[in-house]
Order: sequence, then structure tokens, then C-alpha cells
Amino acid sequence: MPEFLQFAFSGLTVGAVYALVALGFTPIYNASDVINFAQGEFVMLGGMTTVFLGLAGVPLPLAACLAVVVTVAVGLALHRFAIEPARGASAVALIMITIGASIFLRGAAQVVFDKRFHSLPPWIGGDAIRVGGATILPQSLVVLGGAVVIVVLLWAFIERTLIGKAMVATAANELAARLVGIDTRRIVGLSFAISAAIGAVAGILISPITLTSYDVGTLLALKGFAAAMLGGIGSAVGAVVGGLLLGLLEAFAAGYVSSQYKDAVAFLVILIVLLAIPRGLFGRASVERV
Amino acid sequence: MPAYAKTVAAAIALWIAGATGQASAQVKVGAVLSITGPASFLGDPEKKTLEIYVDDINAKGGVNGQKLQLVAYDDGADANAARTFATRLVEEDKVVAMVGGTTTGATLAMIPLFEEAQIPFISLAGAIQIIEPVRKWVFKTPHTDKMACEKIFADLKQRNLTTVALISGTDAFGKSMRDQCVAVAPKAGITVAHEEAYGPRDSDMTPQLTNIKAKTGVQAVINPGFGQGPAIVTRNYRQLGITLPFYQSHGVASKQFIDLAGPAADGVRLPAAALLVAEKLPDSDPQKPVVVAYTRTYQQKTGQPISTFGGHAYDGLMIFVEAAKRAGSFDKAKVRDEIEKTKNFIGTGGVVNMSPTDHLGLDLSAFRMLEIKGGDWTLVQ
Repeated sequence: MPEFLQFAFSGLTVGAVYALVALGFTPIYNASDVINFAQGEFVMLGGMTTVFLGLAGVPLPLAACLAVVVTVAVGLALHRFAIEPARGASAVALIMITIGASIFLRGAAQVVFDKRFHSLPPWIGGDAIRVGGATILPQSLVVLGGAVVIVVLLWAFIERTLIGKAMVATAANELAARLVGIDTRRIVGLSFAISAAIGAVAGILISPITLTSYDVGTLLALKGFAAAMLGGIGSAVGAVVGGLLLGLLEAFAAGYVSSQYKDAVAFLVILIVLLAIPRGLFGRASVERV
Repeated sequence: MPAYAKTVAAAIALWIAGATGQASAQVKVGAVLSITGPASFLGDPEKKTLEIYVDDINAKGGVNGQKLQLVAYDDGADANAARTFATRLVEEDKVVAMVGGTTTGATLAMIPLFEEAQIPFISLAGAIQIIEPVRKWVFKTPHTDKMACEKIFADLKQRNLTTVALISGTDAFGKSMRDQCVAVAPKAGITVAHEEAYGPRDSDMTPQLTNIKAKTGVQAVINPGFGQGPAIVTRNYRQLGITLPFYQSHGVASKQFIDLAGPAADGVRLPAAALLVAEKLPDSDPQKPVVVAYTRTYQQKTGQPISTFGGHAYDGLMIFVEAAKRAGSFDKAKVRDEIEKTKNFIGTGGVVNMSPTDHLGLDLSAFRMLEIKGGDWTLVQ
């Protein structure tokens, strides 16, 4: 039984990381149908900027806030200088642009920061919590809590504010949205800022667990993307559920099947789920995403 | 950008120097290194080391009355590019010897060229395949994964431990070392009772460690791996409260590992080159003067922390220079024979004793067993 519990805790830890990364895909996808493959780099920027500001002597809480600001600025720049000029291009072309941006950001980070691994101290106590013979680090709970807070904030923003509604309208039909007076360009730009902010927060929260380096984003984005697909891309709740599910799958596969093939097992389950429910667990039909 | 631009500029400068220096009476030593690209953390210190010491040797009057000229090319960790540059070294630059080949892939791609042209080739790459089987013109300086495994097993023996579990990364380094450890375990009298694996980018290894913990009879755990994975494994190891002796590999023998793993690293043992603990070596250690001198020179000239990779380049260059001095000329065949006769050469990687059947020449004394205590290395006696 302690084994089972330990596998579950591991799954929740890793799953919470995936969930936070997956959440970042949501705003941009909702506003523009674009899957932003530079999302992992936002996560990297959040963590690395905090680390380097911290090394430069800035107190960590302030460094974390600045890191979010920096990442949002990068997100806005990405929109302004790469996505915006290609306005009118198909979603696939825009996705290609984000892949290019991802490679660019990784290269730039290599030069601006360095090529080494870095870590952040846990935000609250480093001692493991013991439950029924298994252990979990407090930081895992922080990551999990962070994911829940972001889901609630996103939900409140989309459902309770006019700008949020405008974002939904832009996604549903850009032309119609413009006809009723919505500045769709600004809305899409805003979605990049929000995604970047979520990515940065994710990077700051997960760095004590996953460590960080200039190229940490690629694989995180891949796993986060898989989680988002599993949960239904565009759905915030789906992103969290998908992330946790993916994490648990990996942990139980590693624990009970084989650690060598844990990723294969996890991705096999995702394939089966997506074959049965192509839109993902919480995905809405694309024809009426309102 | 500046660091990168500087490297490129340096590469171009070297290239031009290589092209125009044809007429001078200098003796050319070739090097194809991965100065940029994914293996740049290996190739960059190698190139800097070669430059520093070629200048140093020339300032002291050169070798056999002639000055050395380094002809270095950057393969960007691409084996195809390495082969192209190797052809150029052989046919246009007409080098007398080659010190380089940062990666195993690049080295293996270049071997046929140097074998055919009959030019001594001292590789700086890790894999044992470079010198097994022995090739007439090919040597190497870095120790192998197999030796790291044997060193760990020897330490286990001393502690009367015989049954181990492996948790290895699925990256190239982790896989290669895992294979070597499993292969040499029976000969060392060690039983590998359980094996686990993790992806190089995984962020939690507690399921694997839980299984190891539950396995009865395991007396120690070994973690062949590279990068941040071992740091996370170490943290998880302490998180689960496992008290068995824990061994890391030489792949994480850097201060960075201690920083990343934090207090969890306390008590971890690992084999490492003497270079990393230069100042901590006892004065009676034959390697101490060499590694201390290299450390000071490198850090003073580059302002960067020392790495074992630059040390491999130092060893390669010096083995060649010593051999050329003994040969009294730069005749390739004579130099090759002398390289093979290298005895008691004290380098940064260990004491080198080559023979016709051993083109590496290092024994287990090249590795020191270290234990991390209070956030710093200590030598295990």
C-alpha cells in the first residue's frame, strides 16, 4: 500500500507540472486557434529569469514578479513581431511560426543566460511530508495549488469579464467579432500576454522540482501539449485533468509495468483515449466553441 | 552573442592561418573539435587548452627546434563535417599529428582517414570502441565508462557489498555506462539484482526508487546518468528516506551537481578525475603538481572554471609533444611508435602507460573515489 500511495504522489507531482504547462496553451488557442509551441520557452523564461535575477542579488519574490513581466513582454513581442505580421495566414502557418519562435528563444536563452542547469529553492519548506509510509514534497502541493488558482482565475476572466467574452467571440468568429466592434488584434495580443504569464508562473513554481535550463521548455511543452490534448485543448479544466492523468499514468507505468517503457505506456493510453474521444475528455466541438 | 561571435571569429582566424601558413617552417598539429553546437561544453575548453599550451610550448622554444602551429576546425558536433575537415587536415594542411575528435561519432568518422594517411591520431572522446580493437594510429586520453564501473565496484568490495540496484538515464551516456556496468559486474563479483530507468528530462523518479527500496537484498544503488536527472534522483532518494550507500557516476562530477542536489547530495559517492579535486590531493600524489598547474593556468587564461574535458586535450597534446621529443623528429611513424611507448606520463587524467595492446594506458588509479560531505568533495581513502 505505501508503494501505491508513493506512485500516486509521484504522479500528482509530475502531473501538476504537466497541468501547469498545459494550462498555458489554453488562452492563445481559445483566442486564435493557434497551438503555441513556444509555450515551453515561456516556462523556461519564467524559471531562468528568476534564477538569474536571484543570482544578481534581487530578492526571489521580486525576481519572480520581474520574471513574469519579462516573459509577458516576450509574449507580446512574439505576437507583435511574428504573429501579427502574418495575420490572415492559416492556423498551421502560425503554428509553424511559433515553432520557429521556440527555436529562436532557446538559442537566445543560451547566449543571454548559460547552458547549465539551475535550481530554485522550494517556496515553502523543503522537508517531505509523510503520509501512510509515502512522501510528498510541499512544493508539489504548491504547484498543484497554483494550477487550481490559475484555472479559477481563467474561468472568472472568461466568464465574468467583458474582455473575456470578447476573447471567446474572437475565437468563435473573428469577422463577426470585428463587426460588433471588438479589436480582435488586441484580443489575440492579450491572449499571448496571458499565456506568457501562465507559462512564467509555471516555470517559477516547477523549477524547484524539475530544475531548469535553457532547453527545459521543449520536452515540457511536448508533455504539456499531450496533456492538453488528452483533456481537450482549449479547456482549462481539461488541461489540469489531462496533466494529472498523464502524470499518474507515467508514475503507475513506471512503478507497476516498467520504468523503461513508462512514456510508451502513457502515450499509448493517450492514443486510445483520443481514438475514442477525438476532442479529448473536456473538449468542446470545434463548430460551436462558445 | 559576443561569446559565440568570438568563437566563430577565432575559428575563421584559425582557418585563415591554416590556409596562409603553408609556406612557414612550422610544424602543424591538427585538431577537429566541436567548438560550437550541442557538444560545445566539451569542445570549447579543449580548443582553449590547445591554444594556451601550443603558445606556451612555442614561447619556450618549441619542440625539436621547431615551432608548433595549431590548425583547428570546428565540426559543430557533426560527424560529416568532422570527416571533411579531417580530409583537409590530411591533404591540404599536411599535419604531422592530430589531437582532437571531441565526440565519439566524430572520432569514429575520422579514424579511417588517419589510418590510411598514417598520421598519429589522439582522440579526446569517451567511448571504448575508439581503442578496442586497437588501431595502429589511433590513441585516446579520456578514461572510459567501464573504468568508472570498475572503480565503483572496487569501492563496493572494500565495503563488503555485493548486491546492487541500477537506476540509469536513457540518454546515450546513461545507457552506455549501464551496459558497461552490467557487463563487468560478474567479473567484479557484483550482482545486479534490480534495474530501473528514467528519461533524461523526467522530473520525479520516486516510483523507480520505491521499487528499488522494496526489493530485498539490495545493498547499494548506482545511478549512471548525465545532466540534471541524477540530481533529481538524489533528491528523491533522500525524500524516500533510503539509507543504502548511493553511487553517482563521473558524468556528474562537477560542483553543479552538488548545487542542484543540495543537502541531499551528502553521503553520495562517485568516481572522478583527480583534476576536480586538484587542491585536495595529498602532496605525495604524483598527479598533484600537474593538475594544480593546469588548473591555475587554465583559470587564469580563460577566467572559466576547470573541466576534465580541457584536461583531456592537455594530455593529448603533451603525449604527442613528449613522443616527438623522444623521436627527435616529426617523422610520423617514429612519433607513433614513441606515443605507443609512452610510460609514466603524468597527465590530468591519470598516469599513462601505453602499450601495443593498450592505446589508452590508464588504470583504475586514474579515478579517485569521492564522497560529498557538507556540500564539498572529500577523498575516500
